[in-house]
Amino acid sequence: MKLLEYQAKEVLASLGIPIPPGKVARTPEESAAACRELGPVAVKAQVPVGGRGKAGGIKLAKTPEEARTAAAQIIGMDIKGFKVPLVYCEAALEIGREIYLGFTVDRDARANILMLSAKGGMDIEQVAEESPDSIARLYPNPWRGPLDFELNQLVYKAELGELARPLAALIKKLYRAIPELDAVTAEINPLVVTKSGELVAGDAKLEIDENAAYRRKDLEQRFGSMLEGDAYEVEAKKRGLTYVSLDGEIGIIGNGAGLCLSTLDLVQRAGGRAANFCDLGGGAKAEVVENALAVILMNPRVKGVLMNVFGGITRGDEVAKGLVTARDNLKMQLPLVVRLSGTKEEEGRKILKENGIEPEGNAWAAAQKIVQLTKVTA
Amino acid sequence: MILLDASTCVVVQGITGREGSFHTEQMQAMGTKVVAGTSPGKGGTTHAGVPVFNTVAEAVDATGANSSGIFVPPPFAADAIMEAAAAGIKLIVCITEGVPIQDMIRVKDFLRGYPSARLLGANCPGLITPGVGKIGIIPQRLTLPGHVGLVSRSGTLTYEVGSALSASGMGQSSIVGIGGDPVLGMTFTDVIALFEQDPETTHLVVIGEIGGSDEEHAAELLGRGTRLKTVAFISGRTAPEGKRMGHAGAIISGNRGTAKSKEEAFRKAGVEVAETTDQIVGMLK
Repeated sequence: MKLLEYQAKEVLASLGIPIPPGKVARTPEESAAACRELGPVAVKAQVPVGGRGKAGGIKLAKTPEEARTAAAQIIGMDIKGFKVPLVYCEAALEIGREIYLGFTVDRDARANILMLSAKGGMDIEQVAEESPDSIARLYPNPWRGPLDFELNQLVYKAELGELARPLAALIKKLYRAIPELDAVTAEINPLVVTKSGELVAGDAKLEIDENAAYRRKDLEQRFGSMLEGDAYEVEAKKRGLTYVSLDGEIGIIGNGAGLCLSTLDLVQRAGGRAANFCDLGGGAKAEVVENALAVILMNPRVKGVLMNVFGGITRGDEVAKGLVTARDNLKMQLPLVVRLSGTKEEEGRKILKENGIEPEGNAWAAAQKIVQLTKVTA
Repeated sequence: MILLDASTCVVVQGITGREGSFHTEQMQAMGTKVVAGTSPGKGGTTHAGVPVFNTVAEAVDATGANSSGIFVPPPFAADAIMEAAAAGIKLIVCITEGVPIQDMIRVKDFLRGYPSARLLGANCPGLITPGVGKIGIIPQRLTLPGHVGLVSRSGTLTYEVGSALSASGMGQSSIVGIGGDPVLGMTFTDVIALFEQDPETTHLVVIGEIGGSDEEHAAELLGRGTRLKTVAFISGRTAPEGKRMGHAGAIISGNRGTAKSKEEAFRKAGVEVAETTDQIVGMLK
């Protein structure tokens, strides 16, 4: 679960990390009101992706009128596929210098990594590439967290010794997001040192592990509903599906993430574009297939559907039954191509044939066929 | 064959649950020596014809189990892995899907204290040595005894490729699903090194996917020289950047991690790369 900036800052504040005064605005009027209250503000698009500044999603406003105009321009804007639902109006800071602070999961090391750099505020990936030594790193022990001397070393290694005490204390607070919230990534970039010498989070990114949602229900309830920008993804989540919206026109259903990914690849190879990624998961029953088809057909861009199932634990007859029922219940008119192999494939194919669906023998042939059929109807 | 042979004696952790119960029977059906199960509070009973114990330590003492298959729900999976390692289990296969990442990071740290314990998974289909036995959920009927080593991050693609190999008469020495989570037990490199030392294995199929850099490390290892005729396949080349795709592992990060980077790494190492799963069998022959 990727939190929006204002949500991440709420969380940081609850951990004791200073944030600038700010207000959420859903309308230009609310944005103007926020500026009247806070003085000059940065009006910032709230989307769960990076690069919003370059996309025109951050504007400075000195007066309520400017704040109104800025919000009117930003709300509803499309940033990397996310429609901006609201802006966050934040009091402008007196910036002395900018630091980078973050942690994430280092997959190679199978550990959390804390990173600190004096070169904050700019593209940290570029810094990492051009001068990797300017980013100090620490792998805290996952059972006891970072020790004081380790944090001290980190701060001095980053050549931020003059801020050693307040910085080490702040990093310790940020680290609490790992054991207490199951955060897998957090980033404060820039961590601003104000002209009066205080540390304040200028921006914030926070991602919570979805596998840990069962023990972080409070976070899910507070923030979950605001996060999904896409109506189909919201609906799919309600129905318990693993679903990601894409921008093509061929609906995809598969079982297993790897098989689904390779199905997207096949469709593209055949000259088409996938409208979504939808993983039925292992052992899918008829009902899951019905839910998947229902969500996919909600999207008017979809011109046809490709189902690619290889039964290991999943049974072909169950999948076929679910698909036929769903097609009939939903009165589906669009082209439907099915590749069904593995467990109970004979029974499954028989059910499909009896209901007017001619199954394809392999995934590549199926991908080519759905691309061809959707081109004809286009 | 690697990891699982005639000496493998399995304790199933979570044997009385729905999944644990079903797959224990499947494992037994192909001749796997399942010697014990655990289920706290149900010690002293019998399930699927094997004795059930309250703890793994008791099961090991009483039956000499040396391997474990874990089918417990996600909140209990990390503890189950550590319990198995502490009880002296040498091969721990965690099938459970949805284990929190921070739990796995703590598990990995804990396992440093048990260097002879190997962990497969979590969130993996397990492994199978055709004709000998399996721990996990890979369907036996898709497999055939033979000489191809198959290692994969994806469950369903493993079944698909295994089945295609079997249909063409190319049997498998062992099939190992390492799982798709970002923080895992054994890596591609670990498993490939075992296949390299296994005299029965002559061919190798590596099925990777986007995210992380385990495939790149595997390519580096193979590039240093291998006696195995190898074909690699990477799924996810058209996945959009930054979109999460179910397997928490499938997140693109930096240059390493993309399908392109992985395919190039394999090609540079002299390993053939299949563009679709249908091509794998033909390229391997």
